[in-house]
Amino acid sequence: MNLFLEFSLVGIASGGIYVLSALSFVIVYKATNIFNFATGEMMMFGTYFFYVFDTQLGFGWIVGLAAGLTSAAILAMIIERVLLRPLLGRPHLVLIMVTFGVGSILRGLAGMIWGPTVRQLPEILPRTPIFIGDILLPGKLAWGFVIAGVIAALFMAYYKYSRAGIAIRATATDQITAESLGINIRGVFLLAWALAGVLAAASGIITASVNGVTPQLGLVALNVLAVVMLAGMNSVGGVILAGLFIGWIETVVGAYFGAAWQSFVPYLIVLLVMIVKPSGLFGEEKVERI
Amino acid sequence: MNQHTSFLRKKPKLDIFANPNAELVFWCIFAVGLMMVPVFGSAYFLYMACLVCINLVATVGLNITVGYAGLLSIGHSAFLGVGAYASALAFLHMGTPLALNIVIGAVSAFSVGLVFGLPALRIKGVHLAIATLAAQYSLYFIFQQWTSVTGGDRGLSLPKTDILGMGDTGFYYVVAFVALITSIAARNLFRTRIGRSFIAVREKDYAAQVLGINVVGVKLMAFGIGAAYAGIAGALLAAFLRIVNPDQFTLTSSVFFLAAVVVGGRGSILGAMLGAVFMTLMPEILREGISFAMGPEADMASVLSPLREIIFGALIVGFLIFEPRGLVGIVRRIMGHREVVDAGTGH
Repeated sequence: MNLFLEFSLVGIASGGIYVLSALSFVIVYKATNIFNFATGEMMMFGTYFFYVFDTQLGFGWIVGLAAGLTSAAILAMIIERVLLRPLLGRPHLVLIMVTFGVGSILRGLAGMIWGPTVRQLPEILPRTPIFIGDILLPGKLAWGFVIAGVIAALFMAYYKYSRAGIAIRATATDQITAESLGINIRGVFLLAWALAGVLAAASGIITASVNGVTPQLGLVALNVLAVVMLAGMNSVGGVILAGLFIGWIETVVGAYFGAAWQSFVPYLIVLLVMIVKPSGLFGEEKVERI
Repeated sequence: MNQHTSFLRKKPKLDIFANPNAELVFWCIFAVGLMMVPVFGSAYFLYMACLVCINLVATVGLNITVGYAGLLSIGHSAFLGVGAYASALAFLHMGTPLALNIVIGAVSAFSVGLVFGLPALRIKGVHLAIATLAAQYSLYFIFQQWTSVTGGDRGLSLPKTDILGMGDTGFYYVVAFVALITSIAARNLFRTRIGRSFIAVREKDYAAQVLGINVVGVKLMAFGIGAAYAGIAGALLAAFLRIVNPDQFTLTSSVFFLAAVVVGGRGSILGAMLGAVFMTLMPEILREGISFAMGPEADMASVLSPLREIIFGALIVGFLIFEPRGLVGIVRRIMGHREVVDAGTGH
């Protein structure tokens, strides 16, 4: 029982990272209606930006973090402005394929520049394990969870109360009405992508501070898709519960059945959700059955 | 794929797919060209021709799903894998002939395709893309983990198939024949009610439903046929390479087929053909280019595989932005058309 509790806590803690990248995904989907298949690669690239500024250029982690997150935001804005903006109004299929292609380009670029070897990030998070009763929680994981929680909370507050957040929500509800009320839709798109870039990079950096970063880091994105499907693609709040749940079930299954099953669980959940409740647990009932 | 319909366009002088005679001539030239390959080509050339034909079958299939029916599948190579494993297992355990193996590949990929397609296609939207991505990873998981059947990471090795005692040339003729037949079949599919209903569903699903088309059924059919084509290609690939292992069927190769469809031209059989040829030859040219630029001792593998990912992705993005009709669009423009009625229905 104790072992199960320990696995559960580790799982929930690792689910915190999914929450961030899933938020990155949802914000883009809500504001621009684009299904961003490059979320994982944005996460991976943001982490490499941090690595470049921190380790390769030797600026230390504070400057590295600021510069890394800024570059991630700029990269996301470039993707939006240069590659997706010209395609506005084209069929959905085209936009999705473009994000998919962008993901492939970013993965290849990372492989080209940094090679397939694992790069270790500096030790920012304390290593000392945390004991809750008899249960041991690895220090990095626990602190990563706390930081992810803080970022998610800050984001939610920004999304809910700031003028920019309200503009994004207005755009998400009805683009045309929002535009006629004087909201700068194009600005909203850029802002949503910039936020998505920062969130993705933050989740990537936290993930990589445990295991290091490789060009394959972005492939975690599929777990993120599972989170998003479970929560409902347009539910910002639901993502948090769903992210923790996916992290939990993944770790528990991995612990009892082996690591190979761990990577299989998210896809199973994706398909199950699609069969049982396609709008997700917290999503708006906007599913069109045709 | 917008409807830039120009009613006032000039009558095209030579449009391969508008003039029935020109089209017949095209298919005849294509068939004769396929037959001539072994006469002139070296062993390497024959090898590449086989590969082109196999990729052509798979690309035509993906174009039916993505180009004609407008359903995004990003797990196409997983269905190739299903076809390859099914036919290889049938061959190893029951010694079935190649023709039957191809059918087995098609049927198994079709049925697995339906398993993944059914939950997703009932719903509108991007769910199919997610389901196919799930198919990609979960089928890879099965290929890799079900060691007792699939041989795990080492995969399955097949003995050589000899057709009519003609060795590699004989096998090439089989592959070329299958490629020709499947392309013509795909072409003719879009003259039938079923094929036309794919296009109708892509253009406006509500309108299609009002016209009495069973939208879910049509989508399933389009996705299933695409998967079946992949299964045929997979069966051929297994017999051709004589080895089947999980690493042939990764996300990168799915991106490859998607790029082939986009580069060639969505919603065009000729486009799928051009795309398959272009995409198969491109890595070879790339390999030559790199070894020329960096010397023969260059560390090929470490450069080539990320470079492939970059180029596949860039081709998808670039063509979608700058030439959405793909190579077919370019070919048509060279032949003197300014404006073509929508790429998908341009015939």
